[in-house]
Amino acid sequence: MTTAPHKQEQVTLDTFLRGIWEENPVFVMLLGMCPVLAVTNSTLNAIAMGLATLFVLVASGTLVSLLRKMIPREVRIATYIIIIATFVTMVDYAIQAISLDLYNSLGAFIQLIVVNCVILGRAEAYASRQRVGAAVVNALGMGVGFTIALLCLGTVRELLGAGSILGYPVFSPDFQPWVVMILPPGGFFVLGSWLLLFEWLKQRRERRTLQSEGATAHGS
Amino acid sequence: MDPDSVQFIFLNAAIVNNFVLALFLGICPFLGVSAKKETAWNMGLATMFVMLVSSVCAYGINLLLVRFDIEFLRLISYIAVIASAVQLVEMALKKFSPGLFRALGIFLPLITTNCAILGLALFQTFREYNFIQSLAFSIGAGVGFTLALMLMSGLREKLELARVPTVSQGAAMSLMLAGLLSLAFMGFAGLGSSHA
Repeated sequence: MTTAPHKQEQVTLDTFLRGIWEENPVFVMLLGMCPVLAVTNSTLNAIAMGLATLFVLVASGTLVSLLRKMIPREVRIATYIIIIATFVTMVDYAIQAISLDLYNSLGAFIQLIVVNCVILGRAEAYASRQRVGAAVVNALGMGVGFTIALLCLGTVRELLGAGSILGYPVFSPDFQPWVVMILPPGGFFVLGSWLLLFEWLKQRRERRTLQSEGATAHGS
Repeated sequence: MDPDSVQFIFLNAAIVNNFVLALFLGICPFLGVSAKKETAWNMGLATMFVMLVSSVCAYGINLLLVRFDIEFLRLISYIAVIASAVQLVEMALKKFSPGLFRALGIFLPLITTNCAILGLALFQTFREYNFIQSLAFSIGAGVGFTLALMLMSGLREKLELARVPTVSQGAAMSLMLAGLLSLAFMGFAGLGSSHA
C-alpha cells in the first residue's frame, strides 16, 4: 500500500474470534472450498489439512505484514503468491517427512494450498494493511475457523460413511456405513446441510429479535 | 482400453474423474460463475485456454527442473507461469473482446487461484505423462470443467423459477444440486479401468 495509510486496528479478542464465527472462511465467506470438500473424508485428514493451512496462513500473514511497505502495488499479488508458495513447499516437505501415509492420502491437495483463496484473501485484505501483531492474530483466528469447519465436515463424513471417528469404530458392528458420504457427492451434501443448519439458526435468531422488539414496542 | 492411450486419458479427465465433480478442483468458479449459461460458457472457454497454455509450459519447466535437479522449485515456478498465462489471456480478451472481458469481471484474474489449473499441472507431473498425453489431459480437463459449469448453470437457471424454502436459498441449495450432479457423474465410474 503506497498511498493513504490504512487505519491500524487495535488487537482485541475480536480480531481473533472474528475468523472463527462471524467471518468464518468456510461457512460464511464460502472460500477455499476445494480442500474443504476434497480431503474431509476422514477426521485425521481434516485435522492435518487444517493445521497445514493454519501454518501457511500465519507464516505468510507475518511476512506479508512485515514487507507491506516494501512491496510495490503493481506486483503485490505475484509477490504474495510467491511468499505463499514458499511456505507451502516447506509444509509439503515437512508432512512428507512426518508421515508418508498421511502425505499419500492428502495427495496433491497439500501443494494446492497455494491456490486456497482464504490465504491470498487474507494477505490482500488484511495482512498488507495491518501491523504484524494484528495480522498474526487475525490469521490465527481464520486458521482455527478453517480447521473447525474442516473438522465439522470430516467427523460427520467419517462417522456416517465409515462408522468410526479417527479410525475407532463408534457404532455396533452391524451398522451399515453410508458409503456415499466418503465419496465425492457426500462432501457436497454434508457441507450443504451445515449451511442449511447455520442459515436456519440465523433466521430463527432474527425472527426472535424481531418478535421481542415487537413485544416491547407493543407493551410500551 | 489401454490406460496410457490418449483417448483414455481424455475421457478419464473429462468425464470419469471430472475435475469439478469428482476431484473437487475449481469449486470456487463452479459456484461463483454458474448463475448464467452464457458467462459459464465463456468462463469454461477461458479456463480451457489457460489450462492448455499452462500445461504445455509446465511440461517444459518440469524437463528443465529435472535436468538441473531443482524439483523443490516446482510449485513456485508453476504458479508463476499460470499467473503470467492468465495475465496474457486477460490482455488478449481486453483487446479483442471487451464485452466478454467485462462480463467475466473479477473471475478472470481469479483463474490464477483456480485449483483446477495448478492441479492439472501437478497431476500431469506426478503421473509422468509425455507431451501428447499432457495435451490430451489438459484438453480433457478443460472440456470436463466446461461441461460441469454448463450443467450447473442450466440447473440454476431453472431453479430461479422454482419455489424453495427460504432457508435453503443460495449457497446451500447450490451445494445440494452439485451433490446430485456429482452423484450422477459417479455412474461413469465403471468406464474403462477407473482409478483416481
